[in-house]
Amino acid sequence: MTIDLKTVKHISKLARISLEVKKAEKLADDMNSIFEFIEKLNELKTDNVEPLTSIAETTLRFREDKITSDNIREKILKNSPEKNDDFFVVPKVVE
Amino acid sequence: MNEITSLSLFELIKNIKEKKISSNEVAKSFIDRSEKSKKLNAYVTENFENCLKLSKEFDNKPNFDLKLPGIPIAVKDLFCTNEVRTTAGSNILNNFVPSYESTVTQNIWNEGGILLGKLNCDEFAMGSSNETSFFGNVQNPIAKDLVPGGSSGGSSSALAANLTPVTIGTDTGGSIRQPASFTGTVGLKPTYGSCSRYGIVAFASSLDQAGPMSKDVKDSSILLEVISSFDKKDSTSIDFQRNNYSSELTRNIKGIKIGIPKEYRVDGMPGEIEILWKKGIEYAKDCGAEIIDISLPHTSYALPTYYIVAPAEASSNLARYDGVKYGLRSSGESLIDMYEKTRSEGFGEEVKRRIMIGTYVLSSGYYDAYYLKAQKVRQLIKKDFDEAYNKVDAILTPSTPSSAFKIGEKSNDPVSMYLNDIFTVPVNLAGLPGISIPAGTDKNNYPLGLQIIGKPFDEQTVLNIAYSMEEKINYKNNITDWWME
Repeated sequence: MTIDLKTVKHISKLARISLEVKKAEKLADDMNSIFEFIEKLNELKTDNVEPLTSIAETTLRFREDKITSDNIREKILKNSPEKNDDFFVVPKVVE
Repeated sequence: MNEITSLSLFELIKNIKEKKISSNEVAKSFIDRSEKSKKLNAYVTENFENCLKLSKEFDNKPNFDLKLPGIPIAVKDLFCTNEVRTTAGSNILNNFVPSYESTVTQNIWNEGGILLGKLNCDEFAMGSSNETSFFGNVQNPIAKDLVPGGSSGGSSSALAANLTPVTIGTDTGGSIRQPASFTGTVGLKPTYGSCSRYGIVAFASSLDQAGPMSKDVKDSSILLEVISSFDKKDSTSIDFQRNNYSSELTRNIKGIKIGIPKEYRVDGMPGEIEILWKKGIEYAKDCGAEIIDISLPHTSYALPTYYIVAPAEASSNLARYDGVKYGLRSSGESLIDMYEKTRSEGFGEEVKRRIMIGTYVLSSGYYDAYYLKAQKVRQLIKKDFDEAYNKVDAILTPSTPSSAFKIGEKSNDPVSMYLNDIFTVPVNLAGLPGISIPAGTDKNNYPLGLQIIGKPFDEQTVLNIAYSMEEKINYKNNITDWWME
């Protein structure tokens, strides 16, 4: 299997990372060598193996749905690159 | 008394409790030495002034019942610290100042520890040499232009250079044990679920664990006792009876069964690693352990499995960096354009590579072939360990397939860089505790480590074996302070 430039561009769209052509070519090369190494897994028959999704053999705990923090709006907004009094500001989405 | 900065944590605590030295003297000593050691580039953010202030406050109102009474400690810059910049080694978090504290660091402050500063690391903990950090390479105090290992490379460098008495790192595929091995120090990755992940910048959530790094095994036992706790704020934190690791530490390991897995004799492994391993087996026998040959048949599949699971989880975890709520924002014509430019400029090459791999293996049509397959193989790797632990109490292996390498030597070949973690990754996949202890040197006099892997939640046995072997090995780092003017 080889990952071509078109696939790299598609993946970068999905990952929301813009890529210059040169960098995309280098990434395709890197990804191909990494996937060549990953292909080793195909040697194993795993039809009857249960996937291991979590190493911690516990079920997720339930908790009461109640507010535990005070008014932390300011703290949360503090690190935002652009904000007004109450909101995060982003480029216009609706015309 | 020795110079303050060369004392172990245990000795520092003892001296402070006996009022032979003050917290402020200790803080001053480590800060002075850190100021003279900027060439190592171990720190990303210094907290020196505040540390001096807090140490004085401690001395004015000392509480000697605490486990870390007035002890200054620098931590990996992956732990969120309230009101102190936390970067994860990334440009995208360059200006991020958390408004909350990670549970692990909070546990340290609750026991009297004082933050010295935040230590360099590979970007988002993705790397084995600290070369992917936005804040530059870190020097290994062992020799000039040698990598300190990674991703906790600032931590291992600062520790080996005596810039902090102990430190904490995080370990997703070897990021505590491999840098410990490269710097002649001790690094312990606890069982998954022992130390809370709350407030740790996430990389791969099913693998990430915080753990202690220290100059000797006893110090790791003291720090583990402080940081290991059940935490409601981490949904995979496990509520189990934790030991008093330091007071239960013993060199009596007579009759303990230690397994030697034949699959860890990998092709191309340098002869000196094989010799080190054999010596380790002899040391373990001298300590009274019984040595048993075991098999972990799926070992060679661990790295390929890891390089599906970890990037997949990373691609999901790092989706949060979008330039909206915190971190870097690049300007864009539309919302999507802004996202794409922010992430392109904010992330480094290795992080982008892993996000791309992760996005690919999770994308429509490839999920079953890669991600599901990897989860199934992960099950087989875990079963190998389960079966081995029917016969043995712990497992002894080398920590790394080589000693520390030169800066730049492997940075252009991702796969050869990934091979560094060949002995440490299976332990993360199976969620087990593992420790690396210094055990000898190679022909260049660079340190080499041995790894002891334990049963889940059996950190005590791992520590006891390490404590016993440490005495027999009697390793001493030979550090010349070459980086000082």
